[in-house]
Amino acid sequence: MKPPAPLFLARRGYRYRRLTDAARILPVLGAFLFLLPLLWGGGMTRSGVIYLFAIWICLIVLSAILARLLSAYGERSQEDGEGGTD
Amino acid sequence: MVPFNLLVLVSVLYVVLLFLVAFAAEKRAQQGRLGWLRSPWIYTLSLSVYATAWTFYGAVGYAARSGLEFVTIYLGPTLVMIGWWWVVRKLVRIGRSQRITSIADLISSRYGKSNLLGVIVTLMAVIGTTPYIALQLQSVTVSFAVFASQTPQGWGVPDLRSTALWVAAGLALFTILFGTRNLDANERHHGVVTAIALEAIVKLVALLAVGVFVVWGVAQGPADILARIDASPIATWEMNGGRWVTLLFLAGAAFLTLPRMFQVLVVENSDERHLTTASWAFPLYIFLISLFVVPIAVVGLAQLPEGSNPDLFVLTIPLSFDAEALAMLTFLGGFSSATSMVIVAAIALSTMVSNHIVMPIWLSARQGGASMSGDVRTVVLRSRRISIGAILALGYLYYVFSGGGAALAAIGLISFTGVAQVLPALLGGIFWRGATRVGAIAGLVLGFSVWAYTMFLPSFGESVLMSAQMLAEGPWGIGWLRPQALFGITGLDPLVHAVFWSMALNTGAFVLGSLMSFPDPLERLQGAQFVNVFEHSGGARGWSGRAAEAEDLLVMAQRILGPEEAQALFQAESRAQGREGYLPDVTPDFIERLERELTGSVGAATAHAMLGQIIGGSSVSVEDLMAVADETAQMLEYSSQLEAKSRELERTARQLRDANEKLTELSVQKDAFLSQISHELRTPMTSIRAFSEILMDGKDMSPAEQRRYSSIIHDETIRLTRLLDDLLDLSVLENGQVTLNYQPANLHDLLERAVTATASAETGREIRIIRDEAAENIPLQTDPDRLRQVFINLISNARKYCDAPEPELRITVRRRGDELRVDFIDNGSGIPKRSQGVIFEKFSRLSDQAAAGGAGLGLAICREIMANLGGQVSYLPGQGGAAFRVILPLSRRQSQAAE
Repeated sequence: MKPPAPLFLARRGYRYRRLTDAARILPVLGAFLFLLPLLWGGGMTRSGVIYLFAIWICLIVLSAILARLLSAYGERSQEDGEGGTD
Repeated sequence: MVPFNLLVLVSVLYVVLLFLVAFAAEKRAQQGRLGWLRSPWIYTLSLSVYATAWTFYGAVGYAARSGLEFVTIYLGPTLVMIGWWWVVRKLVRIGRSQRITSIADLISSRYGKSNLLGVIVTLMAVIGTTPYIALQLQSVTVSFAVFASQTPQGWGVPDLRSTALWVAAGLALFTILFGTRNLDANERHHGVVTAIALEAIVKLVALLAVGVFVVWGVAQGPADILARIDASPIATWEMNGGRWVTLLFLAGAAFLTLPRMFQVLVVENSDERHLTTASWAFPLYIFLISLFVVPIAVVGLAQLPEGSNPDLFVLTIPLSFDAEALAMLTFLGGFSSATSMVIVAAIALSTMVSNHIVMPIWLSARQGGASMSGDVRTVVLRSRRISIGAILALGYLYYVFSGGGAALAAIGLISFTGVAQVLPALLGGIFWRGATRVGAIAGLVLGFSVWAYTMFLPSFGESVLMSAQMLAEGPWGIGWLRPQALFGITGLDPLVHAVFWSMALNTGAFVLGSLMSFPDPLERLQGAQFVNVFEHSGGARGWSGRAAEAEDLLVMAQRILGPEEAQALFQAESRAQGREGYLPDVTPDFIERLERELTGSVGAATAHAMLGQIIGGSSVSVEDLMAVADETAQMLEYSSQLEAKSRELERTARQLRDANEKLTELSVQKDAFLSQISHELRTPMTSIRAFSEILMDGKDMSPAEQRRYSSIIHDETIRLTRLLDDLLDLSVLENGQVTLNYQPANLHDLLERAVTATASAETGREIRIIRDEAAENIPLQTDPDRLRQVFINLISNARKYCDAPEPELRITVRRRGDELRVDFIDNGSGIPKRSQGVIFEKFSRLSDQAAAGGAGLGLAICREIMANLGGQVSYLPGQGGAAFRVILPLSRRQSQAAE
């Protein structure tokens, strides 16, 4: 239906798709890291606090970067990005 | 020491501030100056209703009891929010495109606008949320009590119950004032949301302040805190894998399914792009909320006297260090957490109750009522206000009867598990088109029952709703039905046990029910709409264009949306239809738009039902679909009929064309025939006239001459007569008017007589005829005279035209099945190939060498005779000379062209 997008737009659309992939993978990564302490043993409150909060803030930063990139790319490639992402 | 009066004064002032903020925001929104009201930050802060008093006070208590486990309650939502691209984005898009008003509305709308589902989810939400509201009331009253007990003026502990009552009443007032101001089409409450955002800031600042006070005021910085953690009783905490995973899941699920969270996350969302900010800012918010929980717990455990309630450490630590301003701030933080939760939950629940329970009852109580006069808006608003009051009353009653005893965290988790039962139907509804109403109902009912049995009822304590004996041995002593060890699986943590079984059975019933049932058409339409929301964000199709009166619709819309908004909507539609100044035509599109506007006010199921009352019947029934299918089939049939007709016409036209060609050809033939005839007649006529003139003038003519001329005239007349006879014969034969005289005959006799007849003829040369007389002895049923005529013709032709020096004619007879073949083959040069096609035509003569013999009608007559006799005569090429084959039926055939 739509005419084929020019090369630089296609590249942009491609980037956008990969960013959405990253946005989908991020919670999986987070879940994995939050479950990792299951493999530890012994009294772990101190190390647990440090580990969990460090991972937590890292995820927040990553998520913020992704959100910024997504909205930057998303505004330009709205038409070709939204339609068939699912 | 904080005087109690001061505390009450500050609280009242704070509440007044909230009122003012909400009022100002509402005013701004009404004037259309939304501006920062629609900023992503307000949206993010409003999500903080997730952090209730259970978080504000309870998290520290939870940490003091169970170490780091408390953090799962915040990690779960973090995962959901940073994974917004999966679920939250889709939920928000669906919520916006379908004008969803609550989680019950979402489920009901997805599964074919089923009101039963709406009722089930509403009841579940009310049951699951009531203890939670009680919990908030309890936290506020207890925190009051903490201050009161410390007052030296001898205030004593004030009556907790009356405090709770005052709080509940105040909250009800606030919620009614700002939560039911209008029936906004989008169900957004700017005033409430803004007030909640302010409260979110207050509680965050309060918790951070306490945290900073603890870390840098009580302890000596982070290093000291880490050392204190190692020294505290929770240092040896070990992670319980089952609980860890279960709680992560549960918190994530509850984040999506809690009615209040759905309200702020989906319903109050004004712009999908706010999610990009909220996706990281909300996790950051709860990260900051959780950051100082462990330090506060550790310090509280170490500094406060044995037996202090860890749930109140946030408040009691500043008090014990005489940091009264901080304590006041903390109190306000806790107050904020509790009130914001109660307000949003009450709004969400009242919407659900009024849309799914009160309105359907009201509608059915007034049959045909949707088109009656009266303002439905007042009914909706009143039912919401009453619902809010009822919900808060329920919370208060629960608080009173439960005695306010149980630990805060436990109530929170029970509530979480209850509302999480909606998760399978929710996720299945937005990701799986095969999910059906039956499956959703089965899953919800089963999951909720298991939750009630394994978790909710036992939570009241032994011997309240379940006897100790039943808990220990199961109902009627059935061991595998023990509420906390279903199917004989013991040793599981009760929470893990309840979550595991309720979710497993819920999901199982949901999937199985969906697989085994068949959705109705509306359900399938809605399913496609929800699952593929990103492909087409259009509304649900549905209303077939029945005759609904625009006036009725306007009357109803005015009662729900208000006169101005409804009229504006109808005018806009009229303008779009190009008939300004009149009521718009009731097109399906228009009805759809109207339904969605109404959905925003009264919920999908009710809006659907109300429109259904006016328009008559539900939108898409199976009958409608069948009718459509029928129509299509009819049209297909009609068009195929048309096609057949046109093919027939084409055929007829072709036939006509062919007939025309044949006629033209015949006309040409007729002309040719006429000119031929005139030519043939003219030749003898000319000589007859010439000789008769000679006779008339010849007075001196010898008798011999007279005889000669008159004999010529005689010959010519005979020739003329023969020609005319032949012509007559031919025309009779061609028209099929000949009467055939069938009788038994013998082929041998026929041939014999033909040969004899030709031999006596005066013209032609002598020809030797070779025959096999034995083979000729075949009896026939035929017209002997006509057949002999054919034979004579063929034999005399051979005599006339055979150009061999010693002409001979071989006559062979053969039987072939039902046929008799008589071949006449001479030894002449035969007929040239190019002439073979025309020898049977009339007047075709190959040469004039024996012109006297005939007019060239002989073979034409033969052909007609044979056709009349049911046989044929044809030229047989490649026999060394001229060869004709006569084919005769042995018995008389009926299939004559003539008969």
